[in-house]
Amino acid sequence: MDPVKITDYVGTGVIGVSWLMIALPLLGAAILLVLGRITNKWGHLLGVAMSLASFVVAVLGFVELLGLSEDARRQAVHLYEFIPGMVDMGLLIDPLSLSFALLITGVGSLIHIYSIGYMSHDPDRRRFFAYLNLFVAAMLLLVLSDNYVGLFIGWEGVGLASYLLIGFWQFKPSAAVAAKKAFIVNRVGDFGLLVGMFIIWTSFGTLAFGDLQGKVGEASSGTLTAIGLLLLLGACGKSAQLPLQSWLLDAMEGPTPVSALIHAATMVTAGVYLVVRSGAFFEASSTASLVVTIVGVATLLAGAIIGCAKDDIKKGLAGSTMSQIGYMMLGAGLGPAGYAFAIAHLIAHGFFKADMFLGAGSVMHAMNDEVDMRKYGGLRKLMPITFATFMVGYLAIIGFPFLSGFYTKDGIMETAMEHGQWMGWLAVLGAGITGFYMSRMIFMTFFGEKRWDKDAHPHESPSVMTVPLILLSLGSIGLGYYLISDNRFMKFLAPAVGLPERLPEFHLFSTTTVGLSSLALVALGAGFAWYKYGKSEVPVLAPRGSFLTVFARRDLYGDALNESLFMRPGQWLTRIAVFFDNRGVDGLVNGLAAAIGGTSGRMRRLQTGFARTYALSILFGAALLAGALLLVGNI
Amino acid sequence: MTTQYLILSGLIFAIGALGVLIRRNAIVVFMCVELMLNACNLAFVTFARQNGNLEGQIIAFFVMVVAAAEVVVGLAIIVTIFRTRRSASVDDANLLKY
Amino acid sequence: MGEQVTFWVLAVVSVAAALGVVFSRKAVYSALMLGGVMLCLSVLYAAQDAPFLAAVQIIVYTGAVMMLFLFVLMLVGVDSSDSFVETLKGQRFWAAIAGIGFASLIILAVGNVVFGNAKGLAAATGQGGYIRSLAGQIFTRHVFAFEVTSALLITAALGAMVLAHRERLTAKATQKDLSRARFQGDQPSPLPGPGTYARSNAIDMPALLPDGSVSEKSVNRYIARYDVEHGHLPADPKLAEAIKHSVEVEEESK
Repeated sequence: MDPVKITDYVGTGVIGVSWLMIALPLLGAAILLVLGRITNKWGHLLGVAMSLASFVVAVLGFVELLGLSEDARRQAVHLYEFIPGMVDMGLLIDPLSLSFALLITGVGSLIHIYSIGYMSHDPDRRRFFAYLNLFVAAMLLLVLSDNYVGLFIGWEGVGLASYLLIGFWQFKPSAAVAAKKAFIVNRVGDFGLLVGMFIIWTSFGTLAFGDLQGKVGEASSGTLTAIGLLLLLGACGKSAQLPLQSWLLDAMEGPTPVSALIHAATMVTAGVYLVVRSGAFFEASSTASLVVTIVGVATLLAGAIIGCAKDDIKKGLAGSTMSQIGYMMLGAGLGPAGYAFAIAHLIAHGFFKADMFLGAGSVMHAMNDEVDMRKYGGLRKLMPITFATFMVGYLAIIGFPFLSGFYTKDGIMETAMEHGQWMGWLAVLGAGITGFYMSRMIFMTFFGEKRWDKDAHPHESPSVMTVPLILLSLGSIGLGYYLISDNRFMKFLAPAVGLPERLPEFHLFSTTTVGLSSLALVALGAGFAWYKYGKSEVPVLAPRGSFLTVFARRDLYGDALNESLFMRPGQWLTRIAVFFDNRGVDGLVNGLAAAIGGTSGRMRRLQTGFARTYALSILFGAALLAGALLLVGNI
Repeated sequence: MTTQYLILSGLIFAIGALGVLIRRNAIVVFMCVELMLNACNLAFVTFARQNGNLEGQIIAFFVMVVAAAEVVVGLAIIVTIFRTRRSASVDDANLLKY
Repeated sequence: MGEQVTFWVLAVVSVAAALGVVFSRKAVYSALMLGGVMLCLSVLYAAQDAPFLAAVQIIVYTGAVMMLFLFVLMLVGVDSSDSFVETLKGQRFWAAIAGIGFASLIILAVGNVVFGNAKGLAAATGQGGYIRSLAGQIFTRHVFAFEVTSALLITAALGAMVLAHRERLTAKATQKDLSRARFQGDQPSPLPGPGTYARSNAIDMPALLPDGSVSEKSVNRYIARYDVEHGHLPADPKLAEAIKHSVEVEEESK
């Protein structure tokens, strides 16, 4: 089944005012930023209220959408003419965009609430909430826009919010550098997205999703592959996929709620959204979709390997995020059969990864902002709620039976196996590594001996932080089953992305090769982690480690590669340009100036100050003139 | 006759110019300028007669007026300079240079 | 024929006088030579049907301008004679080249032109006579230029005043200041004038004081020296003694 035709919304329901979803958090950000310190006292409450209000609008819109017949579930809400003759700004309300909107506003609201507690000691809490609201607004614009221009504006908006929030503690040089790094790496992806949009415009004459529907076949396959690859480049930049993955680990310099919201649950999944939303291009070009799956597989393995070696709990989770988005990317590259699993995994991941990040934040909050897991240990008794919720997230991500990740990730792996044995097996291998590194994290943090610093006094976090944790962990438990069972989510998404020819069968506990082997590998990884970090002593100082450990610890030499491939040549190029500018351009200008200056310096000696010398030159001039006149007159 | 007058005028003009160039005493320089102006007047008057109209004489008349004004101001300047520098040499006033 | 004679005489004189202006060492001689040139030229104007200009030339130039020149010369120092050593390198040589070249070019130019007979001013001054025609021209056709000259003259007069004006730096001495200065000096009383109580009214005779003694202070020292050097001493031994003594005192003080 193909996606449903997009129709203009004519009703009078909530969908008509769905722009409120974007406008409310934007208003909140504007109020907090413009009024400034006046709002310090209640700024965080306003931020939470705006986010919650946005969530309410999303839920009401969702309810209204469910009430519509299946072939009317793609509604375009026209807002205004943005660029006359080119872009009409409007919102596209369909199952895909509303799924994202619900995730963003729902998880976003929980993280807003959590931040009240987490940032309570920060003097700039109001600014933090302004940025969070700005992020929510931009992200909603990204997913709700009915054309690529609006999507791009939101895309840049979340990039800006991400930059501001990574560098929120800009007094730390590492944070400032990380923010810049994220910004610059994202520029590379944005370049791809922009050029992709240019090609779409020149090929189809429109950038609106509705107008593009059914038109994709008109372009040549080369054009479609180019569009697909360029959009993928954009997606890689935003979603930290290879080869633009390097910024995500450094982005953990931001406050933990930011890592949870932006760099785990929502913004980094924008790339997956882009690929799914542009599915028509990828379905039309097998090359492009193959590249998407290759990128997905490569990233899911790279992220998992990096996650194995990190002692910084947030960086470990960041590696895990990379890896999980790799799974989603893989699913998104598999066509309609994979879309539903990719998005379902995305939503489930949004819950359990946010849960774990916030759990990590809770731990850090308790441990004086210590992030080194080697200095944790034995926290499960002191922080029972955090431990329990973190455990739920952990079990969900490794694919423990019946929890969220079990269904969604298995779906992706099964679909991948159908498309190609190699990617299926690599995805299963990735699942096994996930089992290892996540278990390692659990054992190092919550089990074993206390390896705390002397002045650490761990305690459970306040309820304003634990309640969101509990809600998120509830989502991590049941959401996967709810979405996958009876292909519920696939059918729900069908109007937006289409249905595969053959619906996958749903098993409560699948006994296929993939399911069993992945479970076995996960168990193996977890057992190995228990042997290394649970049973034996964890050294407080990181051992040097083998070649592989160093390789993973250094992010697979991604930074070194970037440095030698781009930064150094760039520096040389700059130096050459500077040299050329100094010697060539400036040399010409300065030389000319020096020549004129020198000549003038000599010429000015003619100005002796003696009136008689001047008079002599006047008389000479008069004589010459008289002679000239005489000559001319005689001729 | 016209030619003779004009040659006389040219001679006196050239002598005046020469004086301006070689004399250092500002007052004498001024006198030489007057000499040049008078030579011009002679040429004007000569041409007035040659061409049979009064324009030349009128211009000569105006030249005299201007010369008188010029002498008044010029000599005042010389007196002022002399008062501060104790010198009437045009070569001494050479500060306005490179 | 008469004009030819006049011309040649005056041409020779005026060129010589012009050269005199340039080559006199003393500025006063230059000024006198200039006056001569102007007088010659005024006669030449008169010879060329320009009697009004001839008169103006004498009145304005030889009368006013020359007097101004002489006045300033007196102010600046009449007795200094200028050095003829050229200080600017090559100035004199190049000035000669330029001057002679210019003169030759003018002579060449004028000599090449063939003038017809002079038309004379008879036609131009036919109606109402010479002065009336001139006045008519000045006050009708050239009235604007004429008015502008008036502005020029006023400006020149004001400019000369401003330039010659010297700012008073100290308060003007009052009569009180002057008398105090006199009584604090060595000579409270005014100096005796020559010839007071004198038996002779000649300026070189010393004055007699009321007690009959001779006042040496009344003797003009230049005249006294002249008298001593030339033996023009008065017969009265008392007066002769006073004159001699004043000269001696002066020489001692030197």
